[in-house]
Amino acid sequence: MKENEKPDKGNQIIEEAAQAEYKYGFVTDIETEVIPKGLDEDVVRRISALKGEPEWLLDFRLKAYRHWLTLKAPTWGHVHVPEIDYQDISYYAAPRHNKQGEAKEIDPELKKTFDKLGIPLEEQMRLSGMAVDAVMDSVSVKTTYRERLAELGVIFCSISEAVKDYPDLVRKYLGKVVPYTDNFYAALNSAVFSDGSFVYIPKGVRCPMELSTYFRINAAQTGQFERTLIVADDDAYVSYLEGCTAPMRDENQLHAAIVEIIVEDRAEVKYSTVQNWYPGDKDGKGGIYNLVTKRGLCRGDHSKLSWTQVETGSAITWKYPSCVLKGDNSVGEFYSVALTNNWQEADTGTKMIHLGKNSTSTIVSKGISAGHSQNSYRGMVKIAPKATGCRNFTQCDSLLLSDTSGAHTFPVIEVGNDTSVVEHEATTSKINEDQIFYCNQRGISTEDAVGLIVNGYAKEVMAKLPMEFAVEAQKLLSVSLEGSVG
Amino acid sequence: MLVIKDLQASIEDKQILKGINLTVKPGEVHAIMGPNGSGKSTLSAVLTGNPAYTVTGGSVEFYGKDLLALSPEDRAHEGLFLSFQYPVEIPGVSMVNFMRTALNEKRKYFGQEPLSAADFLKIMREKRTIVQLDNKLASRAVNEGFSGGEKKRNEIFQMAMLEPKLSILDETDSGLDIDALRIVASGVNTLKSKDNATIVITHYQRLLDYIKPDFVHVLYKGRIVMSAGPELALELEDKGYDWIKEQVDSQQ
Repeated sequence: MKENEKPDKGNQIIEEAAQAEYKYGFVTDIETEVIPKGLDEDVVRRISALKGEPEWLLDFRLKAYRHWLTLKAPTWGHVHVPEIDYQDISYYAAPRHNKQGEAKEIDPELKKTFDKLGIPLEEQMRLSGMAVDAVMDSVSVKTTYRERLAELGVIFCSISEAVKDYPDLVRKYLGKVVPYTDNFYAALNSAVFSDGSFVYIPKGVRCPMELSTYFRINAAQTGQFERTLIVADDDAYVSYLEGCTAPMRDENQLHAAIVEIIVEDRAEVKYSTVQNWYPGDKDGKGGIYNLVTKRGLCRGDHSKLSWTQVETGSAITWKYPSCVLKGDNSVGEFYSVALTNNWQEADTGTKMIHLGKNSTSTIVSKGISAGHSQNSYRGMVKIAPKATGCRNFTQCDSLLLSDTSGAHTFPVIEVGNDTSVVEHEATTSKINEDQIFYCNQRGISTEDAVGLIVNGYAKEVMAKLPMEFAVEAQKLLSVSLEGSVG
Repeated sequence: MLVIKDLQASIEDKQILKGINLTVKPGEVHAIMGPNGSGKSTLSAVLTGNPAYTVTGGSVEFYGKDLLALSPEDRAHEGLFLSFQYPVEIPGVSMVNFMRTALNEKRKYFGQEPLSAADFLKIMREKRTIVQLDNKLASRAVNEGFSGGEKKRNEIFQMAMLEPKLSILDETDSGLDIDALRIVASGVNTLKSKDNATIVITHYQRLLDYIKPDFVHVLYKGRIVMSAGPELALELEDKGYDWIKEQVDSQQ
């Protein structure tokens, strides 16, 4: 009975949502401290000073900045990132008086903003719940349930605070999975990163609630440079969720994030994203450039890292949440739904790097292209010569909803030994007019029918999301398809 | 309830229906028979608003409303149901989700509140027994992996759920073994009342042994060329369509 109720609820919400547009496009009128546009060493020093950082971190930033100067933006993605004028962006914007720890009470205007986004900043009196780290522009404004989690030794706070309160932990792990030399955007992020979350789950602890970070861009003409670091020590478990929205603006805004995850012996991390940055309008004007490096290191034996992402937002998406499977018998998973509509472009996928023996990985990618959008899956499965007995299964499906959209796949497979098995399945399909008419004949409008069919297509991935997120994500898929049919 | 006058329709510029006249009253069962390619399935597609077909003339009234002016989903809400000859699969969409959406859309159309999950599941449990579908149906995706017989039973199940005023059964007997045929026919008969009507499209007398028609029409070359009582179906079973074809072709 319970099981039966689940999809229904989602569907009801789909209906409601099918009538809405991008509903997170509002701007909060709040006093914001923004540093002047431009980027040089002084700006890097200023960001570091604003955050009261120790010397070693400033060093890290400066090294990253100097390295960044030697790099060029990558052009291999199947996306058209226009020339970005990095001197025309402000690298730090903070709602005044609301940096964590500086104010006792959260600004009502901020609270209202997050309420409107459906993100509770009040700790509810319920036993179970979701702990939230709310990040507005460059700073974390509130992290809930910190004390309760601290009782178990779980650290969940903004990375800025972690630098102050747990410098040794941060120093030990920061930049170890994604070094600043990794790529152009990673170097930029390492130089100017502002806020994001820090999670540490100690040995043997199963985090009792979902941890989530909600990223909100509010200020205009600023970039957001999220930095998140998650460490799961031996035998630990955590499920972490990430959500993102931004106001509707005619200009493009940059979100260049780094997420690093370290998974020790027998530990497990589930990382779920519902990415709903403003995608631009129906003519392709405005929207976020989401240029992100996410990578996890399964360092321990029998460790497991699972990425689940539902990508519906951003004008341009360039991200490849990856797993380095170093531990023997480690497990990497990547479940993705990427939906592009209008003039959106997405180039997303994963890398599974098998270094440990008997490590296994699963990739399920579902691309949905509508309007004039371009949707690409880019994936790499690499099995090192010494990593014997490995397995990978990849399923890569594309669904086309229009004649003017494109679906592309760029898989790379390198297998270094003959005891490993790699499977790759791929399909491309078009939404079927017979299916739509069948729904019509049962009284379901074409728009709702497309929502149903697309959600059905993406079900395998949606099922991997935590319940609260799954409902949200279903809704999103339908809303994002608005105007794509008929 | 249904008045079809001089209905003409084409697909990709090919004229299929060339002037159909048919009146259906509540409580009646009409059988439409005819050789392959005579336009039987086209008639059901045009009545339900399949966008692949273009109406080129004539009119259809359904309870006084201009049926052809309504969208396919509104025709469904008004009480028109088609049991498809080839029910499509919709992967990943559960029957529960699908049917609940359909039912609540209809309720919305009539200004009613959506059904609660509990109420909906109760109705679903009741109705599925009509065609002996088991409980696993609820969690299965629409028609995905269903056998031919299950698909047809599933069509009648949906008919039971939606309680249409006029049901069109488009070759519901095709691909059915005798047991499945019996289940499907008995389902249809259970749902029959003095307030609803059924149009049965079929090639064979076989189905009409179970679903007794009040009228039998023969469709040939896009027109109804003969109408009579149930005895006509028996005659056709016996003699085939050639004699009608000859009769019609010689008149032209």
